[in-house]
Amino acid sequence: MWRVLKRHLKVFSRIWWTNTMFNFIEPILYMTAMGFGLGAYVQNIDGVSYAQFIAPGFIASSGMWASTFECTYGSFVRLQFEKTLHAMLAAPLTVADVVWGEILYATVKSFFYGAVILAAIALLGLVQSWWSLLILPFLALPGMVFALLALSFTGFIKNIDHINYYITIFSTPVYLFSGIFFPLDSMPFLGQVAIWINPLYHSVEVCRSLVFGHVSVALLPHVAVLVLWVLVLGWLPVKLMRKRLIS
Amino acid sequence: MSIIVEAQNLMKYYGDFQAVKGISFAINSGECFGFLGHNGAGKSTTMRMIYGLSTVDKGRLTVFGETITLTPPGIKARMGVVPQEDSLDPDLTVLENLEVYGGFFGLSSKESRRRGQEWLDFMGLEDRGNARVDSLSGGNQRRVVIARALINRPEIVVLDEPTTGLDPQGRRLVWQKLRQLKEQGVTLILTTHYMEEAAQLCDRLVVMNDGMILAQGHPEELVRQYVLPYCIEVRLPFELLPADLEDKVHAAGGVMEHMADGLFIYTEEGQTIWQHLPEWGLSQRACYLRTSHLEDVFLKLTGRREE
Repeated sequence: MWRVLKRHLKVFSRIWWTNTMFNFIEPILYMTAMGFGLGAYVQNIDGVSYAQFIAPGFIASSGMWASTFECTYGSFVRLQFEKTLHAMLAAPLTVADVVWGEILYATVKSFFYGAVILAAIALLGLVQSWWSLLILPFLALPGMVFALLALSFTGFIKNIDHINYYITIFSTPVYLFSGIFFPLDSMPFLGQVAIWINPLYHSVEVCRSLVFGHVSVALLPHVAVLVLWVLVLGWLPVKLMRKRLIS
Repeated sequence: MSIIVEAQNLMKYYGDFQAVKGISFAINSGECFGFLGHNGAGKSTTMRMIYGLSTVDKGRLTVFGETITLTPPGIKARMGVVPQEDSLDPDLTVLENLEVYGGFFGLSSKESRRRGQEWLDFMGLEDRGNARVDSLSGGNQRRVVIARALINRPEIVVLDEPTTGLDPQGRRLVWQKLRQLKEQGVTLILTTHYMEEAAQLCDRLVVMNDGMILAQGHPEELVRQYVLPYCIEVRLPFELLPADLEDKVHAAGGVMEHMADGLFIYTEEGQTIWQHLPEWGLSQRACYLRTSHLEDVFLKLTGRREE
């Protein structure tokens, strides 16, 4: 597993600059457009400006997208086109090694991309507390959840175009209804339930609280839901990928 | 000589389709053992079972004395694999590919770079270490894949159609390198549908068709066993052949075979029938006399014309 991660990190060490630059621009554009543009028409939320309200959410969402793209397009290409995963299996590695190598890599990427956004919003003066540094270790958790979700989907599909479904039907609503753009308290009961399942919601809540320095036991349930996601999904990608890799 | 890989009544199913229908073979340590057959004959499936990408459904497969259903890491550590499709990592350079792959075997970066360079030298690619994988020709990519398969100094190297898609020079170079490896005591297991390759490289081989083994032995033995030593290929459409040709050939001690839409006359002694051809109404220009080889065995076993 670590040997596989080492391969991925070697690749990442080559591409991280172009990769993160691109990734860094998009949330900044959103923040500028929505935070400073749309924000001018929006009253303060929970006593903070709209720009301050949405900024921490982009740490979480950037992490989600990093993990999601790595374990959908990235993993699918390695599985189906490059046959890199098959080549790994001819070496003394198991399917679990290969799959967890993918998941850990996505987790690392997720951490990295989130950290870049954290640095960016700190530079914009939108970070209020040193507690924000706790976001860094925390990012690994939602990173892994989204890696597990995405890789499970990738293990299931046969055609790269199907990844679009995952992005539009799953990732996009998860992104929009995660509490990044508006508080979710006003949602109807069913909406509230759906939001509690949404891993990004919990990631956003933790990031926002830490950025504002609101540290309390109220954060623990969010962490607990994410841990639960890992525990529930941890076995699935290996099982699905074994079917794909070993005939 | 000890047996290093052995199969007894080995079977593989993909759903309802039976890809391998109960084959048995024994591969000795240090030999080059070939699987010859059409595409879809079950060769690659057999290779995948040996190197751990397919499970054994029925029968018995023993590698290094251990019976396996899915080849475990401990056995894969002693094996090198050249898969049918080049699966080099396009995100890495040639030498990095070898370095990373060595890492999968637990080698340090330094050690796998050193060995990687050694094997690149061996494969005649000493100056390509820093090249991007997609800048290499197909032949050179294949050589890198072979170098990669050697990084762990394997005792067995499994090669699934190692020269498919290579030009004649590339193919000969790979053959030469494989012979050198065999000299070093490495056991080679290869699949091919090139008769020449099988004849050039293999100490022993099996002919596979439709998931079964039809014959096995040394290439020359197989030729002796299955066909007469000389062959006259008749390159004429069937409707232009003299009607009583078969009787005449038969009377002269020859055997006529319709295979793969061609006509072949096999004979103990080439010249006798060859001299008779004009008087039988066959121009020698339309015919070709040669010694029989493995392809004849293969065609006879697998390619008999459906009548």
